[in-house]
Amino acid sequence: MTWTQYLPPLLKGAQITVTISLASIALGAILAFAAGIARTSSNRILSGIAFVYIVLFRGTPLLVQLFWFYYALPLIGISFDPITTGIMTLSLLTGAFGAEVVRGALLSVPHTQLEAARALNFSKSYTLWHISMPQAVIEMMPAFGNLAIQNLKDTALVSLISIADLTFQAQSMRNITLDSATVYTLTLVGYFIIALCLMLVMRFIEKKLRRGPAFPRSAHS
Amino acid sequence: MMYGYAWDTTTPLTFAISILPILGIGLLVTLKAAAVGYAIALVLGLVLALLRRSRFRIVSWTVAGFTEFVRDTPLLVQLFFLYYVLPDFGIVLPAFMTGALALGLQYSAYTSEVYRGGIDAIPRGQWEAATALNLSRLRTYRDIVVPQMVPRIVPSLGNYLVSMLKETPVLSVVTVLDMLGLANMIGERTFEYLVPLSMVGLIFLPMTLICSALIYLVERALPKSGIPLR
Repeated sequence: MTWTQYLPPLLKGAQITVTISLASIALGAILAFAAGIARTSSNRILSGIAFVYIVLFRGTPLLVQLFWFYYALPLIGISFDPITTGIMTLSLLTGAFGAEVVRGALLSVPHTQLEAARALNFSKSYTLWHISMPQAVIEMMPAFGNLAIQNLKDTALVSLISIADLTFQAQSMRNITLDSATVYTLTLVGYFIIALCLMLVMRFIEKKLRRGPAFPRSAHS
Repeated sequence: MMYGYAWDTTTPLTFAISILPILGIGLLVTLKAAAVGYAIALVLGLVLALLRRSRFRIVSWTVAGFTEFVRDTPLLVQLFFLYYVLPDFGIVLPAFMTGALALGLQYSAYTSEVYRGGIDAIPRGQWEAATALNLSRLRTYRDIVVPQMVPRIVPSLGNYLVSMLKETPVLSVVTVLDMLGLANMIGERTFEYLVPLSMVGLIFLPMTLICSALIYLVERALPKSGIPLR
Protein backbone atom coordinates (compact mmCIF):
# COMPACT_ATOMS: atom_id res chain seq x y z
CA MET A 1 0.00 0.00 0.00
CA THR A 2 1.20 3.50 -0.78
CA TRP A 3 0.47 6.44 1.44
CA THR A 4 -2.27 7.78 -0.86
CA GLN A 5 -4.32 4.70 -0.04
CA TYR A 6 -4.31 5.69 3.64
CA LEU A 7 -6.00 8.97 2.84
CA PRO A 8 -9.69 7.95 2.33
CA PRO A 9 -10.12 6.34 5.78
CA LEU A 10 -8.12 9.10 7.46
CA LEU A 11 -10.24 11.76 5.77
CA LYS A 12 -13.39 10.00 6.93
CA GLY A 13 -12.01 10.11 10.46
CA ALA A 14 -11.04 13.77 10.05
CA GLN A 15 -14.66 14.56 9.19
CA ILE A 16 -15.82 13.12 12.50
CA THR A 17 -13.03 14.92 14.35
CA VAL A 18 -14.09 18.25 12.82
CA THR A 19 -17.78 17.59 13.55
CA ILE A 20 -17.14 16.73 17.20
CA SER A 21 -14.75 19.63 17.62
CA LEU A 22 -17.09 22.23 16.12
CA ALA A 23 -20.11 20.91 18.00
CA SER A 24 -18.32 20.92 21.34
CA ILE A 25 -16.77 24.35 20.73
CA ALA A 26 -20.24 25.78 20.03
CA LEU A 27 -21.89 24.07 23.00
CA GLY A 28 -18.86 24.85 25.16
CA ALA A 29 -19.12 28.55 24.27
CA ILE A 30 -22.78 28.60 25.37
CA LEU A 31 -21.86 26.87 28.65
CA ALA A 32 -18.91 29.25 29.09
CA PHE A 33 -21.14 32.31 28.79
CA ALA A 34 -23.80 30.81 31.07
CA ALA A 35 -21.32 29.79 33.79
CA GLY A 36 -19.14 32.89 33.38
CA ILE A 37 -22.11 35.25 33.74
CA ALA A 38 -23.43 33.19 36.64
CA ARG A 39 -20.05 33.55 38.37
CA THR A 40 -20.22 37.34 38.21
CA SER A 41 -23.88 37.38 39.29
CA SER A 42 -24.74 38.64 42.76
CA ASN A 43 -27.06 35.63 43.24
CA ARG A 44 -25.11 33.39 45.65
CA ILE A 45 -26.80 30.15 44.56
CA LEU A 46 -26.22 30.71 40.84
CA SER A 47 -22.65 31.77 41.42
CA GLY A 48 -22.08 28.79 43.72
CA ILE A 49 -23.38 26.26 41.21
CA ALA A 50 -21.18 27.76 38.50
CA PHE A 51 -18.18 27.68 40.85
CA VAL A 52 -18.63 23.98 41.64
CA TYR A 53 -19.05 23.16 37.95
CA ILE A 54 -15.92 25.09 36.98
CA VAL A 55 -13.75 23.60 39.74
CA LEU A 56 -14.96 20.04 39.07
CA PHE A 57 -14.26 20.10 35.36
CA ARG A 58 -11.07 22.17 35.46
CA GLY A 59 -9.61 20.14 38.29
CA THR A 60 -9.96 16.62 36.89
CA PRO A 61 -8.36 15.02 33.81
CA LEU A 62 -10.45 14.93 30.65
CA LEU A 63 -9.79 11.23 30.13
CA VAL A 64 -11.17 10.47 33.59
CA GLN A 65 -14.27 12.55 32.83
CA LEU A 66 -14.69 10.80 29.50
CA PHE A 67 -14.42 7.31 30.98
CA TRP A 68 -16.65 8.34 33.84
CA PHE A 69 -19.43 9.42 31.48
CA TYR A 70 -18.87 6.41 29.23
CA TYR A 71 -18.35 3.53 31.67
CA ALA A 72 -19.54 4.72 35.07
CA LEU A 73 -22.69 6.69 34.32
CA PRO A 74 -24.49 3.77 32.57
CA LEU A 75 -24.13 1.79 35.80
CA ILE A 76 -26.56 4.18 37.50
CA GLY A 77 -28.91 3.94 34.54
CA ILE A 78 -27.88 6.95 32.46
CA SER A 79 -26.32 6.17 29.10
CA PHE A 80 -25.74 7.99 25.83
CA ASP A 81 -24.23 6.83 22.57
CA PRO A 82 -20.46 7.41 22.24
CA ILE A 83 -20.69 10.48 20.00
CA THR A 84 -23.10 12.23 22.38
CA THR A 85 -20.90 11.29 25.33
CA GLY A 86 -17.83 12.66 23.56
CA ILE A 87 -19.45 15.93 22.54
CA MET A 88 -21.01 16.36 25.98
CA THR A 89 -17.76 15.78 27.89
CA LEU A 90 -15.71 18.03 25.63
CA SER A 91 -18.34 20.79 25.80
CA LEU A 92 -18.43 20.60 29.59
CA LEU A 93 -14.62 20.84 29.78
CA THR A 94 -14.34 23.68 27.24
CA GLY A 95 -17.24 25.43 28.97
CA ALA A 96 -15.49 25.26 32.34
CA PHE A 97 -12.25 26.75 30.97
CA GLY A 98 -14.19 29.27 28.88
CA ALA A 99 -16.24 30.38 31.91
CA GLU A 100 -13.09 31.70 33.58
CA VAL A 101 -12.26 33.60 30.39
CA VAL A 102 -15.75 35.12 30.25
CA ARG A 103 -15.60 36.03 33.93
CA GLY A 104 -12.16 37.62 33.59
CA ALA A 105 -13.24 39.64 30.55
CA LEU A 106 -16.43 40.84 32.25
CA LEU A 107 -14.45 41.91 35.32
CA SER A 108 -11.99 43.81 33.12
CA VAL A 109 -14.69 46.27 32.01
CA PRO A 110 -13.91 49.52 33.88
CA HIS A 111 -15.98 49.89 37.02
CA THR A 112 -16.82 53.50 36.26
CA GLN A 113 -18.91 52.35 33.31
CA LEU A 114 -21.04 50.13 35.54
CA GLU A 115 -21.49 53.02 37.95
CA ALA A 116 -22.51 55.29 35.09
CA ALA A 117 -25.01 52.66 33.92
CA ARG A 118 -26.48 52.54 37.41
CA ALA A 119 -26.67 56.29 37.61
CA LEU A 120 -28.61 56.22 34.34
CA ASN A 121 -30.96 53.68 35.89
CA PHE A 122 -30.19 50.94 33.32
CA SER A 123 -31.39 47.51 34.37
CA LYS A 124 -28.81 44.86 35.29
CA SER A 125 -29.42 42.79 32.18
CA TYR A 126 -29.32 45.86 29.94
CA THR A 127 -25.99 46.85 31.47
CA LEU A 128 -24.64 43.33 30.98
CA TRP A 129 -25.71 42.82 27.38
CA HIS A 130 -25.39 46.35 26.04
CA ILE A 131 -22.45 47.75 27.99
CA SER A 132 -20.21 45.06 29.47
CA MET A 133 -20.59 42.24 26.95
CA PRO A 134 -19.85 44.06 23.67
CA GLN A 135 -16.50 45.17 25.09
CA ALA A 136 -15.72 41.98 26.99
CA VAL A 137 -16.35 39.70 24.03
CA ILE A 138 -13.37 41.13 22.12
CA GLU A 139 -11.12 40.62 25.14
CA MET A 140 -12.15 36.96 25.19
CA MET A 141 -11.31 36.18 21.60
CA PRO A 142 -7.55 35.40 21.87
CA ALA A 143 -8.17 33.10 24.86
CA PHE A 144 -11.12 31.49 23.08
CA GLY A 145 -8.85 30.85 20.10
CA ASN A 146 -6.43 28.93 22.32
CA LEU A 147 -9.31 27.01 23.88
CA ALA A 148 -10.59 26.04 20.43
CA ILE A 149 -7.19 24.57 19.50
CA GLN A 150 -7.02 22.81 22.88
CA ASN A 151 -10.50 21.42 22.23
CA LEU A 152 -9.45 20.10 18.81
CA LYS A 153 -6.43 18.38 20.37
CA ASP A 154 -8.61 16.94 23.13
CA THR A 155 -10.99 15.37 20.60
CA ALA A 156 -8.27 12.75 19.95
CA LEU A 157 -9.25 11.17 23.27
CA VAL A 158 -12.75 10.26 22.02
CA SER A 159 -11.09 7.57 19.91
CA LEU A 160 -10.72 5.71 23.23
CA ILE A 161 -14.49 5.42 23.65
CA SER A 162 -14.79 3.74 20.24
CA ILE A 163 -15.61 6.82 18.13
CA ALA A 164 -14.10 6.45 14.64
CA ASP A 165 -12.36 9.83 14.58
CA LEU A 166 -9.01 10.64 12.94
CA THR A 167 -6.95 9.05 15.74
CA PHE A 168 -9.13 5.93 15.75
CA GLN A 169 -8.76 5.53 11.97
CA ALA A 170 -5.00 5.99 12.32
CA GLN A 171 -4.91 3.25 14.94
CA SER A 172 -6.82 0.80 12.76
CA MET A 173 -4.72 1.68 9.67
CA ARG A 174 -1.59 1.02 11.67
CA ASN A 175 -2.91 -2.29 12.93
CA ILE A 176 -3.59 -3.39 9.35
CA THR A 177 -0.44 -2.09 7.67
CA LEU A 178 2.09 -1.86 10.54
CA ASP A 179 3.41 1.20 8.67
CA SER A 180 3.45 3.34 11.83
CA ALA A 181 5.69 6.16 10.63
CA THR A 182 3.61 7.05 7.55
CA VAL A 183 0.22 6.64 9.20
CA TYR A 184 1.02 8.75 12.27
CA THR A 185 2.87 11.41 10.29
CA LEU A 186 -0.18 11.81 8.04
CA THR A 187 -2.42 11.94 11.11
CA LEU A 188 -0.31 14.60 12.83
CA VAL A 189 -0.25 16.66 9.63
CA GLY A 190 -4.03 16.23 9.40
CA TYR A 191 -4.55 17.64 12.90
CA PHE A 192 -2.13 20.47 12.14
CA ILE A 193 -4.07 21.47 9.03
CA ILE A 194 -7.39 21.39 10.91
CA ALA A 195 -5.80 23.49 13.68
CA LEU A 196 -4.57 26.07 11.16
CA CYS A 197 -8.07 26.32 9.65
CA LEU A 198 -9.56 26.71 13.13
CA MET A 199 -7.10 29.52 13.88
CA LEU A 200 -8.07 31.31 10.67
CA VAL A 201 -11.77 31.03 11.55
CA MET A 202 -11.19 32.39 15.06
CA ARG A 203 -9.16 35.32 13.67
CA PHE A 204 -11.93 36.03 11.17
CA ILE A 205 -14.53 36.11 13.96
CA GLU A 206 -12.30 38.40 16.03
CA LYS A 207 -11.90 40.80 13.10
CA LYS A 208 -15.66 40.83 12.49
CA LEU A 209 -16.29 41.60 16.16
CA ARG A 210 -13.72 44.38 16.16
CA ARG A 211 -15.49 46.05 13.25
CA GLY A 212 -18.84 45.66 14.99
CA PRO A 213 -20.95 48.79 15.59
CA ALA A 214 -21.17 48.42 19.36
CA PHE A 215 -17.52 48.86 20.01
CA PRO A 216 -16.43 51.84 22.01
CA ARG A 217 -13.03 50.61 23.17
CA SER A 218 -11.26 50.63 19.81
CA ALA A 219 -12.51 54.19 19.30
CA HIS A 220 -10.70 55.22 22.47
CA SER A 221 -7.44 53.38 22.08
CA MET B 1 -6.89 -8.76 44.19
CA MET B 2 -4.09 -6.60 42.88
CA TYR B 3 -0.60 -5.91 44.27
CA GLY B 4 -1.64 -8.07 47.22
CA TYR B 5 -4.63 -5.89 48.08
CA ALA B 6 -8.06 -7.52 47.92
CA TRP B 7 -11.16 -5.43 47.29
CA ASP B 8 -14.39 -5.56 49.18
CA THR B 9 -17.41 -4.84 46.98
CA THR B 10 -20.11 -5.15 49.65
CA THR B 11 -20.91 -1.42 49.66
CA PRO B 12 -19.56 1.42 47.49
CA LEU B 13 -17.84 2.90 50.55
CA THR B 14 -15.96 -0.26 51.55
CA PHE B 15 -15.06 -0.77 47.88
CA ALA B 16 -13.69 2.77 47.65
CA ILE B 17 -11.61 2.31 50.79
CA SER B 18 -10.34 -1.14 49.83
CA ILE B 19 -8.99 0.05 46.45
CA LEU B 20 -7.25 3.11 47.89
CA PRO B 21 -3.86 1.36 48.39
CA ILE B 22 -3.94 0.12 44.77
CA LEU B 23 -4.75 3.61 43.47
CA GLY B 24 -1.98 4.93 45.71
CA ILE B 25 0.53 2.79 43.79
CA GLY B 26 -0.91 4.24 40.57
CA LEU B 27 -0.66 7.75 41.99
CA LEU B 28 3.08 7.30 42.47
CA VAL B 29 3.42 6.34 38.79
CA THR B 30 1.32 9.37 37.80
CA LEU B 31 3.50 11.71 39.87
CA LYS B 32 6.71 10.14 38.58
CA ALA B 33 5.56 10.49 34.97
CA ALA B 34 4.65 14.13 35.55
CA ALA B 35 8.00 14.79 37.25
CA VAL B 36 10.10 13.19 34.50
CA GLY B 37 7.96 14.78 31.78
CA TYR B 38 8.22 18.19 33.40
CA ALA B 39 12.00 17.95 33.75
CA ILE B 40 12.24 17.11 30.03
CA ALA B 41 9.87 19.99 29.19
CA LEU B 42 11.88 22.52 31.22
CA VAL B 43 15.22 21.58 29.66
CA LEU B 44 14.05 20.93 26.09
CA GLY B 45 11.92 24.07 26.17
CA LEU B 46 14.96 26.15 27.10
CA VAL B 47 17.00 24.58 24.30
CA LEU B 48 14.19 25.31 21.81
CA ALA B 49 13.84 28.89 23.05
CA LEU B 50 17.57 29.53 22.67
CA LEU B 51 17.72 27.88 19.23
CA ARG B 52 14.79 30.04 18.20
CA ARG B 53 17.00 33.08 18.86
CA SER B 54 19.74 31.70 16.62
CA ARG B 55 21.27 34.03 14.05
CA PHE B 56 20.84 31.38 11.36
CA ARG B 57 17.42 31.72 9.79
CA ILE B 58 17.24 28.02 8.90
CA VAL B 59 17.66 27.06 12.55
CA SER B 60 15.24 29.60 13.99
CA TRP B 61 12.59 28.93 11.36
CA THR B 62 12.84 25.15 11.70
CA VAL B 63 12.52 25.44 15.47
CA ALA B 64 9.58 27.85 15.15
CA GLY B 65 7.80 25.45 12.76
CA PHE B 66 8.54 22.47 14.99
CA THR B 67 7.16 24.10 18.16
CA GLU B 68 4.04 25.29 16.33
CA PHE B 69 3.49 21.79 14.95
CA VAL B 70 3.94 20.11 18.33
CA ARG B 71 1.66 22.67 20.03
CA ASP B 72 -1.18 22.16 17.58
CA THR B 73 -1.31 18.36 17.43
CA PRO B 74 -2.79 16.04 20.06
CA LEU B 75 -0.65 14.50 22.79
CA LEU B 76 -2.34 11.13 22.22
CA VAL B 77 -1.22 10.93 18.57
CA GLN B 78 2.29 12.10 19.47
CA LEU B 79 2.35 9.38 22.11
CA PHE B 80 1.30 6.72 19.57
CA PHE B 81 3.90 8.09 17.16
CA LEU B 82 6.71 7.70 19.68
CA TYR B 83 5.39 4.40 20.99
CA TYR B 84 5.15 2.70 17.58
CA VAL B 85 7.68 4.54 15.43
CA LEU B 86 10.72 4.73 17.74
CA PRO B 87 11.07 0.91 17.86
CA ASP B 88 11.12 0.91 14.04
CA PHE B 89 14.33 2.90 14.30
CA GLY B 90 15.76 0.55 16.89
CA ILE B 91 14.98 2.77 19.90
CA VAL B 92 13.07 0.58 22.33
CA LEU B 93 12.01 2.41 25.47
CA PRO B 94 9.77 1.16 28.27
CA ALA B 95 6.18 2.43 27.97
CA PHE B 96 6.66 4.70 30.97
CA MET B 97 9.67 6.45 29.42
CA THR B 98 7.91 6.81 26.07
CA GLY B 99 4.97 8.37 27.89
CA ALA B 100 7.14 10.76 29.89
CA LEU B 101 9.00 11.68 26.70
CA ALA B 102 5.72 12.45 24.89
CA LEU B 103 4.55 14.62 27.79
CA GLY B 104 7.92 16.38 27.90
CA LEU B 105 7.94 16.96 24.15
CA GLN B 106 4.43 18.41 24.03
CA TYR B 107 5.05 20.71 27.00
CA SER B 108 8.51 21.77 25.80
CA ALA B 109 6.68 23.54 22.98
CA TYR B 110 4.68 25.45 25.61
CA THR B 111 7.60 26.17 27.93
CA SER B 112 9.77 27.39 25.06
CA GLU B 113 7.15 30.06 24.37
CA VAL B 114 7.20 31.02 28.06
CA TYR B 115 11.01 31.35 28.06
CA ARG B 116 10.87 33.29 24.82
CA GLY B 117 8.31 35.69 26.25
CA GLY B 118 10.50 36.11 29.32
CA ILE B 119 13.61 36.90 27.29
CA ASP B 120 11.75 39.21 24.90
CA ALA B 121 10.36 41.19 27.83
CA ILE B 122 13.87 42.43 28.71
CA PRO B 123 14.08 45.98 27.28
CA ARG B 124 16.39 46.38 24.29
CA GLY B 125 18.29 49.10 26.08
CA GLN B 126 19.56 46.60 28.64
CA TRP B 127 21.04 44.37 25.94
CA GLU B 128 22.72 47.40 24.40
CA ALA B 129 24.00 48.51 27.80
CA ALA B 130 25.43 45.03 28.38
CA THR B 131 27.21 45.19 25.03
CA ALA B 132 28.46 48.71 25.79
CA LEU B 133 29.85 47.50 29.12
CA ASN B 134 31.59 44.69 27.27
CA LEU B 135 29.85 41.98 29.29
CA SER B 136 30.25 38.48 27.93
CA ARG B 137 27.16 36.64 26.67
CA LEU B 138 27.26 34.36 29.69
CA ARG B 139 27.39 37.27 32.14
CA THR B 140 24.61 39.11 30.29
CA TYR B 141 22.34 36.11 30.67
CA ARG B 142 23.41 35.15 34.19
CA ASP B 143 23.40 38.59 35.78
CA ILE B 144 20.88 40.56 33.75
CA VAL B 145 18.45 38.45 31.75
CA VAL B 146 17.74 35.43 33.96
CA PRO B 147 17.23 37.28 37.27
CA GLN B 148 14.53 39.47 35.72
CA MET B 149 13.05 36.62 33.73
CA VAL B 150 12.46 34.25 36.64
CA PRO B 151 9.59 36.06 38.42
CA ARG B 152 7.86 36.55 35.06
CA ILE B 153 7.99 32.95 33.91
CA VAL B 154 7.45 31.01 37.15
CA PRO B 155 3.63 31.44 37.24
CA SER B 156 3.16 30.27 33.64
CA LEU B 157 5.57 27.38 34.09
CA GLY B 158 3.66 26.38 37.21
CA ASN B 159 0.34 26.41 35.38
CA TYR B 160 1.78 24.08 32.76
CA LEU B 161 2.87 21.71 35.53
CA VAL B 162 -0.76 21.49 36.67
CA SER B 163 -2.05 20.88 33.14
CA MET B 164 0.62 18.26 32.57
CA LEU B 165 -0.39 16.48 35.76
CA LYS B 166 -3.94 16.35 34.42
CA GLU B 167 -2.78 14.90 31.10
CA THR B 168 -0.74 12.02 32.55
CA PRO B 169 -3.76 9.63 32.53
CA VAL B 170 -3.37 9.53 28.74
CA LEU B 171 -0.29 7.37 29.36
CA SER B 172 -2.56 4.55 30.52
CA VAL B 173 -3.43 4.06 26.83
CA VAL B 174 0.05 2.67 26.13
CA THR B 175 -0.13 0.18 29.03
CA VAL B 176 1.38 2.45 31.70
CA LEU B 177 -0.27 1.42 34.98
CA ASP B 178 -0.95 4.84 36.40
CA MET B 179 -3.97 5.67 38.54
CA LEU B 180 -6.43 5.59 35.64
CA GLY B 181 -4.89 2.42 34.19
CA LEU B 182 -5.32 0.63 37.51
CA ALA B 183 -8.85 2.00 37.99
CA ASN B 184 -9.77 0.64 34.57
CA MET B 185 -8.30 -2.75 35.45
CA ILE B 186 -10.27 -2.86 38.68
CA GLY B 187 -13.34 -1.95 36.64
CA GLU B 188 -12.71 -4.75 34.16
CA ARG B 189 -12.38 -7.34 36.89
CA THR B 190 -15.26 -6.26 39.13
CA PHE B 191 -17.61 -4.88 36.43
CA GLU B 192 -17.90 -1.88 38.70
CA TYR B 193 -16.50 1.28 37.12
CA LEU B 194 -18.40 3.94 39.01
CA VAL B 195 -16.40 3.78 42.23
CA PRO B 196 -12.83 3.38 40.86
CA LEU B 197 -13.25 6.10 38.21
CA SER B 198 -14.91 8.47 40.67
CA MET B 199 -12.05 7.84 43.11
CA VAL B 200 -9.48 8.81 40.47
CA GLY B 201 -11.35 12.07 39.86
CA LEU B 202 -11.64 12.69 43.60
CA ILE B 203 -7.90 12.16 44.09
CA PHE B 204 -7.00 14.45 41.19
CA LEU B 205 -9.23 17.29 42.33
CA PRO B 206 -7.43 18.21 45.60
CA MET B 207 -4.08 17.57 43.91
CA THR B 208 -4.66 20.15 41.19
CA LEU B 209 -6.28 22.60 43.63
CA ILE B 210 -3.33 22.39 46.04
CA CYS B 211 -0.82 22.75 43.20
CA SER B 212 -2.64 25.83 41.89
CA ALA B 213 -2.72 27.34 45.39
CA LEU B 214 1.02 26.68 45.85
CA ILE B 215 1.81 28.34 42.53
CA TYR B 216 -0.24 31.36 43.57
CA LEU B 217 1.72 31.59 46.84
CA VAL B 218 5.08 31.28 45.05
CA GLU B 219 3.98 33.90 42.54
CA ARG B 220 3.17 36.33 45.35
CA ALA B 221 6.40 35.59 47.21
CA LEU B 222 8.66 36.31 44.24
CA PRO B 223 10.12 39.82 44.11
CA LYS B 224 8.73 41.55 41.03
CA SER B 225 12.01 43.31 40.28
CA GLY B 226 13.95 40.07 39.86
CA ILE B 227 16.07 37.57 41.76
CA PRO B 228 19.82 38.11 41.75
CA LEU B 229 21.56 34.80 41.17
CA ARG B 230 24.65 35.72 43.16
